[in-house]
Amino acid sequence: MKRLASTLLILLLVVGMVAGCGSTQPQQQDQQSQGQKTEEQKKIGLVVSTLNNPFFVTLKDGAQKKADELGYQLVVLDSQNDSSKELSNVQDVLQQGISLLMINPVDSDAVVNAIKLANDAKIPVITLDRSASGGEVVTHIASDNVAGGKMAGDYIVKQLNGKGKVVQLEGIPGASAARERGQGFADAVKGTQIEVVASQTAEFDRTKGMNVMDNILQAQPEINAVFAQNDEMALGALQSIETAGRKGIMIVGFDATDDAVKAVQDGRMAATVAQQPEMIGSLGVENADKVIKGDKIPASIPVDLKLVTK
Amino acid sequence: MEQTKSRDWSVVLRGLQSLIGLLGLCIILSLLSPRFLTTGNILNVLRQTSLNAVMAVGMTFVILTGGIDLSVGSILAFSGMVAAGLSHSGMNAAGAIIVGLIIGTALGFISGLAVTKGNVPPFIATLAMMTMARGATLVYSNGQPKTGLGDDFAFIGNGKVWVIPFPVIVLLILLIVAYYILSQTATGRYIYATGSNERAAGLSGIKTDRIKILVYAISGLTAALSGMIVTSMLNSASPTAGSGGELDAIASVVLGGTSLSGGQGSVAGTIIGALIIGVLNNGLNLLNVSSYYQQLIKGIVILGAVLIDRKRR
Repeated sequence: MKRLASTLLILLLVVGMVAGCGSTQPQQQDQQSQGQKTEEQKKIGLVVSTLNNPFFVTLKDGAQKKADELGYQLVVLDSQNDSSKELSNVQDVLQQGISLLMINPVDSDAVVNAIKLANDAKIPVITLDRSASGGEVVTHIASDNVAGGKMAGDYIVKQLNGKGKVVQLEGIPGASAARERGQGFADAVKGTQIEVVASQTAEFDRTKGMNVMDNILQAQPEINAVFAQNDEMALGALQSIETAGRKGIMIVGFDATDDAVKAVQDGRMAATVAQQPEMIGSLGVENADKVIKGDKIPASIPVDLKLVTK
Repeated sequence: MEQTKSRDWSVVLRGLQSLIGLLGLCIILSLLSPRFLTTGNILNVLRQTSLNAVMAVGMTFVILTGGIDLSVGSILAFSGMVAAGLSHSGMNAAGAIIVGLIIGTALGFISGLAVTKGNVPPFIATLAMMTMARGATLVYSNGQPKTGLGDDFAFIGNGKVWVIPFPVIVLLILLIVAYYILSQTATGRYIYATGSNERAAGLSGIKTDRIKILVYAISGLTAALSGMIVTSMLNSASPTAGSGGELDAIASVVLGGTSLSGGQGSVAGTIIGALIIGVLNNGLNLLNVSSYYQQLIKGIVILGAVLIDRKRR
């Protein structure tokens, strides 16, 4: 007991000493850890919804490349598709002396409190790919998801000659990307004789896409096309359809990730809508740089899309 | 009396072991990152940890009886969603919160019934409740989050008393109440007895069924409490809230020195376990460790801690 008590005492003293030294020398530590000889490198925070999705990994890579080019340190945190982890991430990253926060929200509504934290700390905020429904945001950089959804829908309408049964796989309920792509798709099929026989969420996830498609295949004897709001779900649906041996179903995805583009080239998928995630990340950092330097930038920066077919 | 003293002693020892682990972790992190020991960051850690710690306190009660509760994450989501829905239909914040808490307690009660009267193993009973509550959340919310809950509701998650975040105060009160029940009341002794040797406890007149139903109800209550806090923090109830929350809660209990086979442990240890996980999460974020590695490291720490604990016994 005595040994434990004295150990504790020594530990407490050490903690006290470190606390005293620790909080007064952040500059020095940072310099040493980065090997910089001149001024401290500015930091930009990037809080991503999930790094389990190749789309966002590419977005992060694009941001990293631009940050390296412009001389910023990029601090990347993964919210694992959980809004409360996202809130913790924002709290933690604000502690690291960032000059600007780039955030890709998990849920456009739940992220508002996190953005307000950054607003209170006077750190400017840029949203990437998904918007936030509140809080002060300097600019929103995303593909025009509505136009993309419409692009995919128009392609399906044309390929089916305006008539047929279509299934839609939706993204995470509440994410602006899901809402907007769904809206664009709905606009495209309105007024045609296309019937959407099933529309279910597979939460932008490949495994869920496969499982949901399995169920829909059971329920629907006749399907002419599947529109998945992202490639991960499209590839999951593809797996499901090929395993079930159902023929004549064209699959259109969204994102143009490497796996999807390959599937299109192999003729297994009909088309996908190419976003440019690398460009979104890169533009994020480029505009962050402008904001930090005090320049004005537009409130919304749309990034072009194009349809990828064989 | 001799028996009780030696059990308290080994619990104290194990608790101290966790405390040393926590302090060691803090020291290492503060040496690696100068931002760790700043006031702002420590407050963040406390606030972030309180979500898990509140659930872990309830989980301690269940694990002390030798059971387990896998449904806490889903109960968190369902109670949060219902409270949000009621708030939207005009109920005042206090009312919505009370209903949410009652629902959580009721769901825990049902799990307890399944375990006792239904003779279903706790793992299965609470696994079933986990799936049902998650499904109920999706049905009730139609898969959509509910946002915008008003300023009154916002206080629980975001308010401060002086400089201390309100969730931390809730946790402290909960800790004191739980500690009192477990160490100073007959019910507390019955809980330990049930976990130690259920048959002997039953034979000596303890109503083990009632004790077991009680602990699952408590676990449901704390899960709902955590649900109120997180819903308030985000100003939004999400259908996917709390996914995987049960694992962090169980890990906290185990890291705090409570034995999974029941009969030994304390809520003080659980709080330390929860702090270890919270500090790890926060520290790894500050050190900019990739999230892929973060999960790996957390798993290794938990495994290591349990192995060391096993070796000692």
